[in-house]
Amino acid sequence: MRNSKVVSLEEAIRRSGLKDGMTISFHHHFRGGDKVVNMVVDKLAGMGFKDLKLAASSLSDVHSPLIEHIKNGVITGISTSGLRGQLASEISHGLMSEPVVFRSHGGRGSAIANGDLHIDVAFLGASSCDCLGNASGCPRSENAKSICGSLGYALPDAKHADHVVVLTDDLVDYPNVPKSISACDVESVVVVESVGDSSKISSGAIRDSKNPRDILLAQQAAKVIINSGYFVDGFSIQTGTGGASLAAVKYIRESMIEKGIKASFALGGITAHMVKLHEEGLIGRLIDVQSFDKVAAESIASDQLHQEVSAVEYASADNPGSAVHALDIVILSALEVDVDFNVNVLVGSDGVIRGAIGGHPDTAEDSALSIIVCPLLRGRIPCVVPKVTTLITPGAGVDVVVTEYGIAVNPRRPEIAARLKEAGLKVVDIHDLAAKATSVIGVPDPLPFGDKVVGIVMDRHGKVLDKIYNIK
Amino acid sequence: MMFVPGNNPGMMADAHIYGPDSIMLDLEDSVTMAEKDAARLLVHNALKSIDYGTTEMVVRINPLSTPYGRKDVEAVVKAGVDVIRMPKTETADEVRELEAEIIKVEEEIGCVGRTQIMAAIESALGIVNAYEIATASKRMMGIALGAEDYTANLKTPRTPEGSELLLARETIVVAARAAGIACFDTVYSNLDDMETFRKEVELIKNLGFDGKSIINPRQIEVVNEVFAPKRKDIDKALKIIAAIKEARAKGSGVIAVNGKMVDRPVVLRAERVIALAVASGILNEEELS
Repeated sequence: MRNSKVVSLEEAIRRSGLKDGMTISFHHHFRGGDKVVNMVVDKLAGMGFKDLKLAASSLSDVHSPLIEHIKNGVITGISTSGLRGQLASEISHGLMSEPVVFRSHGGRGSAIANGDLHIDVAFLGASSCDCLGNASGCPRSENAKSICGSLGYALPDAKHADHVVVLTDDLVDYPNVPKSISACDVESVVVVESVGDSSKISSGAIRDSKNPRDILLAQQAAKVIINSGYFVDGFSIQTGTGGASLAAVKYIRESMIEKGIKASFALGGITAHMVKLHEEGLIGRLIDVQSFDKVAAESIASDQLHQEVSAVEYASADNPGSAVHALDIVILSALEVDVDFNVNVLVGSDGVIRGAIGGHPDTAEDSALSIIVCPLLRGRIPCVVPKVTTLITPGAGVDVVVTEYGIAVNPRRPEIAARLKEAGLKVVDIHDLAAKATSVIGVPDPLPFGDKVVGIVMDRHGKVLDKIYNIK
Repeated sequence: MMFVPGNNPGMMADAHIYGPDSIMLDLEDSVTMAEKDAARLLVHNALKSIDYGTTEMVVRINPLSTPYGRKDVEAVVKAGVDVIRMPKTETADEVRELEAEIIKVEEEIGCVGRTQIMAAIESALGIVNAYEIATASKRMMGIALGAEDYTANLKTPRTPEGSELLLARETIVVAARAAGIACFDTVYSNLDDMETFRKEVELIKNLGFDGKSIINPRQIEVVNEVFAPKRKDIDKALKIIAAIKEARAKGSGVIAVNGKMVDRPVVLRAERVIALAVASGILNEEELS
């Protein structure tokens, strides 16, 4: 009786009542090592399902087997935060008849919570789970193989999906506490050989970037933060995982120690860098929607002050309780920024989808100070442009753009521009940055887009923000 | 002065964003025989088309004794280079030979006198002739030490503390000062050992060098930190300059600041501190007036 929830994948699917045309969901906490999406969709294809809608929190290179399932009609719709690799390329070239719907992490959380994105069956991988379905991304036995830490992006699915199947490669004794996903939300537990390739889930150690351009950008970003007016005791911060973002943390840390300033919390995807500052007493609490590396995953498993949050608690626009509303400073990256401070993080300069929205628009809009760090030029590709290829984060929420050729401040924030100038930073007009890029590289030919819509970008409030057309 | 390989367009395109005082595009040792022509063309076009702002542009050419040297001179003078760095300089005649080559090209394009020369001294003979080299031409703007070839020539290894370079370094500083030109120290190539690099920069600053050659943007910060005058030195220098101005206005001769006599060397040192402080961005023009 006790083990009645533990069944085979096929039995779990049968019990779920899944039918053709329904929506299935997945999380991406196993990142490039994820085995759950391919395993489940293969099984569904084998069982003869067609016309399923796949709602993932994100998809990456590892999910290229979906291409066949799209061609065979098993998957006919996708919603996600990001797409990369061959799957992204094929979709950009018009693989699907239905456009992919892109949402930010906060936008997806809201859409699931308010019913815009209804999930029939959620298939959620977990690093540990007991026989009743209490699941966690943390290891709870010596057999733990695929550890991811926070399960933040899976929590809205667990809470709101009609039917929840947890897949785990480590079935542990009841009760598996503290839990991320509650047994009360779980209908079936499936034990599999492996939910993820641990070497691709996360990297091990802190590696500081030695790329001089990253270091230059990081130093500039750190100077912007330190002189922005928001660098005061009790401030809060979120950074990305790019080389420049991580290097910026190093310089901010030095300044925090020098000035005796401590942060109240760090938010978002948590990295080893943030854990280190927290352990040094420089950051009070870590609010973790996604543990980016092994150090972060170990920390969330053992430190009371390092807490998991769901995507809704992290970045929902509608929910006044979400953490982004309390966020002071965020450092973000960009594929392109335009002269109106609009940002694209999804579609490459070749018109092919190659990224993820992530929490970009959520944190940019709600934080007190959003800083975009991006090189003016990536080889022959200009990153400050007259108009972004695809609009992901509207310029109204973007305050400062840091490039190696100078710092541009949104005219909506003259007080920040004044403070940075006062501190001796090189503040330039963003139009001059775009002109500089053109002077070096020239004007690129327009991209050969077709007239088929392959992607729809939703804003975090649930409205259509932009459309992505097929590339020829 | 940051060394940038002349066959790497990506590095040449944005070397100036890191804020080195000068950039040396290299046509010599970092370029293989097979790529000499291609690199010359790249460097020529980089000088002509990339906006390096106020960064001083130097090109290290191949020796005139090689098949590439004269072509290098023609290409970079025509592209408007600020300074030609001559490698492995051993005698004053070599400098004059280079000057003649430069004049030939400058006359052809009608800009005689524009191109300056820096001589790299990289052998025992060069050190012995340092003063003659430094004074060989009006175009000489500086001399520099090339330590790898020099130590090979001496038949000794390079040590972290650099005792084998002491004579060469002091000779170069003395020769440069006697000739009234600038002097630059050699590169330090272990990028993972910033501690030893910093010690070396401190040493050569104290020996009297005007600057350090570097091979990576990550080294710029250390050089700037070491060379930037400290606040207390700047304040002292400002006081001295103010006292001198006041004394001159009153027509008095000898003056004292904080009870110490201020004579000409003290004033010169104060002026150098102020000039360095302005160059390092620590002082601005307003504070001076």
